[in-house]
Amino acid sequence: MSESATNLKAFTPPAELRRAPIVANNRGPGWLTDKLSAFAEGKTPPWWWIMFVPAVLGATVLLPAMLIYQVSTGVGVWGNNQPVAWGWDIINFVWWVGVAHAGTLISAMLFLTRQHWRTTIGRATEAMTVFAVMMAGLYPAIHVGRVWFAWFLFPIPNSNALWPQFRSPLMWDVFAVNTYMLVSMLFWYMGMIPDLAVLRDRATTRVRKFIYGFLAMGWTGSARHWHHYEKAYVVLSGLCTLLVFTVSSIVGLDFCTSQLAGWHATIFPLYFVVGAVYCGFGMVLVLLIPLRKLCHLEEIITPRHLDRICKLTLLSSLAIAYIYLMEYFIAWYSGDPYERWVFGHRLFGHTYWYGGWIMLVVNVGLAQLLWFKRARQNLKLVFAIGVLINIGMWFERFIIIVGSLYQDFLPANWGVYYPTWVDIGTYVGTLGAFFMMYLLFIKFLPLVAIAEVKGAMPQADPPHPLGGANGGHS
Amino acid sequence: MSDKPYGLMAEFDSPAAILQAAEKIRDAGYRRWDVFTPFPVHGLDRVMGFKNSLVGWFALVFGGGAFVATMGLIWFTNTFDYPLIVGGKPMFSPPAAFVPSYILMVLGGAVGAFVGMLVLNGLPRLHHPLLQKARFALASRDKFFLVIGANDPKFSETETRLLLESIGGTHIEGVEA
Repeated sequence: MSESATNLKAFTPPAELRRAPIVANNRGPGWLTDKLSAFAEGKTPPWWWIMFVPAVLGATVLLPAMLIYQVSTGVGVWGNNQPVAWGWDIINFVWWVGVAHAGTLISAMLFLTRQHWRTTIGRATEAMTVFAVMMAGLYPAIHVGRVWFAWFLFPIPNSNALWPQFRSPLMWDVFAVNTYMLVSMLFWYMGMIPDLAVLRDRATTRVRKFIYGFLAMGWTGSARHWHHYEKAYVVLSGLCTLLVFTVSSIVGLDFCTSQLAGWHATIFPLYFVVGAVYCGFGMVLVLLIPLRKLCHLEEIITPRHLDRICKLTLLSSLAIAYIYLMEYFIAWYSGDPYERWVFGHRLFGHTYWYGGWIMLVVNVGLAQLLWFKRARQNLKLVFAIGVLINIGMWFERFIIIVGSLYQDFLPANWGVYYPTWVDIGTYVGTLGAFFMMYLLFIKFLPLVAIAEVKGAMPQADPPHPLGGANGGHS
Repeated sequence: MSDKPYGLMAEFDSPAAILQAAEKIRDAGYRRWDVFTPFPVHGLDRVMGFKNSLVGWFALVFGGGAFVATMGLIWFTNTFDYPLIVGGKPMFSPPAAFVPSYILMVLGGAVGAFVGMLVLNGLPRLHHPLLQKARFALASRDKFFLVIGANDPKFSETETRLLLESIGGTHIEGVEA
């Protein structure tokens, strides 16, 4: 006998290091399975339809109408023109990529750092990532103008013998965003396989059994399967963590490799990563706070978990505040008149001064409320902060892009930029598409990682009395 | 469906019980058996003697391959097949080519890990003998199953059943192939 598993000695940490179980009220695996699959199996509640109908109209009527009009007429239907050639399309691209980042950070980085509380929110935030990257990817594709030539971006042999130009960061971006989309989908789907098997095993109708059975790919929960699965999950988490840092860095490189005042700064890759994560946390709060209430997940996504997301939000707001400070400091310290001009006009210019102030007041000022425990526990306030962070971060991208472009080196080139109704309609359409996909996800797929939550409970730990050690009963 | 049975299936209530049962089955000299749990149970891989999973190697080969292939592609397209001077930049510059190569390394590694997981687990499969057992649906819920294959050299319909009973297994059922 080489090893003795019967010797189930529990390691009991001292009282001050003991942590409450991730799920409230000490629930067992059976209860958790029922609870977490309930929403996908139950009757669709009215609130779901009330949200779904406008979202689906945005996604299937407004968005296609805007895209058809823009593609058939030309990018001139947007407000983009000289000198502001990047308008809402690129602002929204950067914004959507940013929204995606917090999901990857929560699901991959917090997995590697063994933060078990992430199991309750990981799936919902990964879904946010996948859908947000899809929306982001749409924008550069339509921004090229002649979308039917978008395949030029990929190295496909063609009769003109032309190849993409790999010396441009815009080309790197194509690979970064597509990779991000594919890898987060893979990570999301792989994490879902055991839970799809749960839904398959619980299915009551033939159609559900077939669909979930097909998606679960014959998963049985064999110890051998779990062994390879866990390894693959660690590897995927490590790779996704790399993407947290690289995707927005590359988006930042799109800007900082140009010579424009306000863009040409070495801090940009980091700036975009921090901003992305910050904006993403805002969206996580916006999605999770109603979700836990509407789907009756108060015991699963507990106020403690939301408190931790608030603390991470606060941390990223401090990081972004530092970057804003550095940006302004370097602009002043460089002594470059163009840099000083651009940064001065971000706050005190005649046209876009409000954007700079919204960015500072919301992203730096408002988030400081999260220092206070009473603020963090007031979920209505936290929800409002989440919404405002999303708006503040949108204005950050607006002020970076439009605020630098509208006044370049030659005053004769100056101009102003206003979005058209097509810009606004396209953005509203992508919001509709995002929420449509998100609502479909929570209705039809396991919106909490069932197997992971069960595995993180003391009931799953063999040496724990609740895990059955010493004759204890689950 | 052949008459030859697939094996015997026994049910356990807790992670500790399945861990102790697995240890006893191993010590009884069985070789072709497996454990089915709703979540990974820590210690089972040690009891069952699993080696380090090969998934990491899949990721390394796919990811490394993608990195080298992308570097090669960039060199081929921008330097060899159609060299074009852009902004006075060098035709091939490793720092610039590194970025897309690195990104595709991540993609390759992720695909490798996923494909490795599927290949090593023999997935996807359309059917599994255990999935036709009604009680086995609980394996994804809160029960833990130990299955001894009929192809095990020590397998015997009666003695194996007695052993499973003696180690605390309940609802012992034969599984048809």
